[in-house]
Amino acid sequence: MKYKSVFDIIGPIMVGPSSSHTAGAARIGRVARKLFGKQPKRAEITFYGSFAKTYKGHGSDVATVAGILDFDTSDLRLKNSLVIAEKAGMEVSLTTSEILTEHPNTARIKLSDDQATIEVVGVSIGGGKIEVLEVNGFTLQLGFDSPTMLVLHEDRFGMIAAVAKVLTQHRINVGLMEVSRHDRGSRALMAIETDAPVSVEVLEEIRQIPYVFDVSLLSLN
Amino acid sequence: MFRNVAELVELAESQGKKISQVMIEAEMEVSQRSREAIMEEMYANLDVMEKAVRRGLTEDIRSHSGLTGGDAKKLQEYMKNKPFLSGPTLLNAVSMSVAVNEVNAAMGTIVATPTAGACGIVPGTLFAVSDKLQPSREDMVNYLFAAGAIGYCIANNAFISGAAGGCQAEVGSATAMAAAAIVEMAGGTPEESAQAVAIALKNMLGLVCDPVAGLVEVPCVKRNAMGAAIATVAADMALAGIKSVIPTDEVIEAMYRIGCAMPTTLKETAQGGLAATQTGRQIEAKIFGVRLDK
Repeated sequence: MKYKSVFDIIGPIMVGPSSSHTAGAARIGRVARKLFGKQPKRAEITFYGSFAKTYKGHGSDVATVAGILDFDTSDLRLKNSLVIAEKAGMEVSLTTSEILTEHPNTARIKLSDDQATIEVVGVSIGGGKIEVLEVNGFTLQLGFDSPTMLVLHEDRFGMIAAVAKVLTQHRINVGLMEVSRHDRGSRALMAIETDAPVSVEVLEEIRQIPYVFDVSLLSLN
Repeated sequence: MFRNVAELVELAESQGKKISQVMIEAEMEVSQRSREAIMEEMYANLDVMEKAVRRGLTEDIRSHSGLTGGDAKKLQEYMKNKPFLSGPTLLNAVSMSVAVNEVNAAMGTIVATPTAGACGIVPGTLFAVSDKLQPSREDMVNYLFAAGAIGYCIANNAFISGAAGGCQAEVGSATAMAAAAIVEMAGGTPEESAQAVAIALKNMLGLVCDPVAGLVEVPCVKRNAMGAAIATVAADMALAGIKSVIPTDEVIEAMYRIGCAMPTTLKETAQGGLAATQTGRQIEAKIFGVRLDK
């Protein structure tokens, strides 16, 4: 079942005019922001397909920037996000691409400051629901319906078992899990949707596992 | 949990429950949240809908492009001053649905039901029918759960976005959702709600998504109006005991097949239908500064 909750149908509360082009765009921006973990200095946005063709009329650009500012889909500041970003010293660049993508509503967002960079590809699939297809070159297919933990680690045996062991000890059930890597033996990304919220303590415990580089937790609700 | 409308009706009737109650209990199970938490979230949606209806009926709404706004008020004025032909509940439903969709086009706050392009129909019919039936606030929230249950079945067995299945998937789904919820609020059975879904959706089959200049304005606002009208009439027909010859889930399946067969020019790409008319193209050129011969 693609749609799990009644609130996927009656909701979200949002600023108009389009659940795919406005609310969805805002959510893709917000996922990128949450993955980056702080306000970026630079935001480079590329729109593809229908996003590229109609973003002006739907406010997809302002919505995406609003998401990058960590605003919710219903935040009235959404409309003025470009001005707010400028005042906050965030440099925004927007380009459109003619490259054909699998889904018509696709956005690529690169966030950076002097220390870090993150690149996220998201698609807006309708009714405000989104999927994240790529994080820093790792391919995924996550809907962010539940809290999602991202574990960046070295690609070696026993990593999945080590993370699963910590979750077992804390009685946290895994709803969905994906593993992606650049090359065999290089860096890999484990994405885990959990039924119960994951506490800061559990995250820290996972961070302490040998060969784990970084752990982050994402929730859009 | 239920996977389609037949299972939903079966669950409701075998347990002597309303569709809305079945939806609330399913949501509790899936989300592992309390009834209170779920009700609270829906009350918040109801509040946003109420504000959008009020804004659209009282304020001077105008979209950024200038293409839409003010029609909801116009209809209310007409109802006050002229001997109008359709009934007051029907015209109120139309006017309130237009109000919400005009607020959406003007980048105001709305609830996607199931999408933003079709966001007027469920709240518009809800507040118009409530004027007539005087339900409790809890019954109004139950209306949204009943509508949500139908939307859930359609979304999981077909589609709810114009880009995926044309406007039949968007305004069509919202119309079917509203029809079922009206029946429940008016005291009809779950089976009668299902009949209203079939009757409403049958009359939306084949509806293309052809927004002028790609904006959620023309013809979206007026399609929300007609969706509200169809939902209200379909509910009355079902309450009168009229049945759809084709079962509800088969109508939903037909909608899915039609949507799959529809060319992409008619699925929210602004390349066909009303968007491709001479006036549609002129509007697009004016708003986006694009050439007419593209």
